Amino acid sequence: MDLNQLTAHELLDKIKSGETSAKNILASLYSRIQRIEPKLKAYARVKADNKPDFIPQESGLLSGLPITVKDNICTKGLNTECCSKILGNFRPPYDATVINKLKTAGASIFPLKANMDEFAFGSSTENSFFGPTHNPWNLECVPGGSSGGSAAAVAGDEAIWALGSDTGGSIRQPASFCGVVGLKPTYGRVSRFGLIAFASSLDQIGPITKDVEDAAILTRIISGYDPNDSTSVNQDVPDYTVSLGKDIKGLKIGIPKEYFVEGMDPEVKSGIEEAINKLKSLGAVSNPVSLPHTQYAVPVYYIIATAEASSNLARFDGVQYGYRAKSESLIDMYKKTRAEGFGEEAKRRIILGTFALSHGYYDAYYLRALKVRTLIKNDFDAVFRDFDCIVTPTSPTSAFKIGERAADPLKMYLSDIYTISVNLAGIPAISIPCGFTKEGLPIGLQIMAKPFNEEMLFKIAHAFEQNTEWHKIKPRI
Amino acid sequence: MAIDKETVKYVAHLARIELEPEELEKLSRQLHDILGFIDKLSALDVQQVKPASHILPISNVLREDKPHTCLTPEQALENAPGKSGNFFSVPKIIE
Repeated sequence: MDLNQLTAHELLDKIKSGETSAKNILASLYSRIQRIEPKLKAYARVKADNKPDFIPQESGLLSGLPITVKDNICTKGLNTECCSKILGNFRPPYDATVINKLKTAGASIFPLKANMDEFAFGSSTENSFFGPTHNPWNLECVPGGSSGGSAAAVAGDEAIWALGSDTGGSIRQPASFCGVVGLKPTYGRVSRFGLIAFASSLDQIGPITKDVEDAAILTRIISGYDPNDSTSVNQDVPDYTVSLGKDIKGLKIGIPKEYFVEGMDPEVKSGIEEAINKLKSLGAVSNPVSLPHTQYAVPVYYIIATAEASSNLARFDGVQYGYRAKSESLIDMYKKTRAEGFGEEAKRRIILGTFALSHGYYDAYYLRALKVRTLIKNDFDAVFRDFDCIVTPTSPTSAFKIGERAADPLKMYLSDIYTISVNLAGIPAISIPCGFTKEGLPIGLQIMAKPFNEEMLFKIAHAFEQNTEWHKIKPRI
Repeated sequence: MAIDKETVKYVAHLARIELEPEELEKLSRQLHDILGFIDKLSALDVQQVKPASHILPISNVLREDKPHTCLTPEQALENAPGKSGNFFSVPKIIE
């Protein structure tokens, strides 16, 4: 195997034993990128001859190991544009807290940023100003989104590991579509300082990796309290690798009946059922549970997330950074800048969110959505009183074709039906590979746990992974 | 609740986004469909339910009022599409 195909923990072992170096790893990534990036387009702004002048600092715990970062996380001096025209050529004057933490741990920040749906608005990475990313398992399919570039880069061995962000499933759904591991940590676990905000009550940064051990290592590095993010929680960060290799005998798994209804691909259904049987054969006990307000999660999300987005994106007005349209008057300059700078989905969400917050509609939409959010959270609290975790599919289908859902926003929104509740409830969840469809597309298993119990996720996910072979199968590109 | 073209036009103005006539047409139709789907929420009785504006049980996060380093004017202006001295420059506001 080439170096770029290995996991971070395998590479760290090799660096420690003197078998290789961060420089060699980087060279192997570049040669892979030169070969397959024209097909995959996992990175934003990359050109065939684009090999940035960059030498890793081989230091610290991570010994200079490169990490790929989504285009909405601020990296000092490196373009960070949320794959939007309106942030064209924006180079942040500071690093996000997660980037600082990674640098302190000795990581090299890979100078190419991962492609994404503009401002993380989407479930397919088709909404990027730089064009869509392709799924490494089938180039005609989407990689999922919005962190589709991060997931495709990891699955296609164009990255060792990556950071994504998850507001309604944007780490877990692309991880599922690309056959890799993706974790959305508990709300408040990871600082969002320097993450360009989409919906502040939902956004979390998290890892996209080739296996569970890498996810455990990366989560520990990026987690923790940050005075620059008042929503980050001052709670100790455990060594998540301690949760690996543990017995799951007697663990209580809840299977929510509301997730196994119409709209689910039968192949996904049987893949998940097999995975549940696997967990049972490892000693876990499963029982049906109910999350009665599940059907309201998507409508609640598209009120709350768009309302918050409409407010967060007000800052993109052509004054402080990015694109500015030519105009003689200020208001007209704002309107033209935003008309020309934002893509279609961004405009749709900003206008929907502005509507939900506007006078006369606030109570009927926004306030009502916040109340239903309470009901959704209460559903989870009730189940977690009796169960250690909840297991579901990550997505009702495997990766769909590029263009298939682009014309119908509502159909696209329903792609996130199994991931959205997790963000609304603030709980952590992980997606791991658990099989393939007949056409060879990956299926993802989602595991959810109580707030700040990422350890439970790593424990179960690792037990499953170590007793299956799914994570070892690589796409042929 | 239905949303008409006039409402979309007004909301787009509030959001400071200029819409082409075709965009307005398409968006009105799409928002109508999306809101139709969202109206599912009106079936629930939520009179006694408290809104979850924040999902964690933390409130009033305060920090010490200590001076700290921040961006210099040069750094803050680095990405500005228009600047004049130590200021962002914009089209004339007052005639």
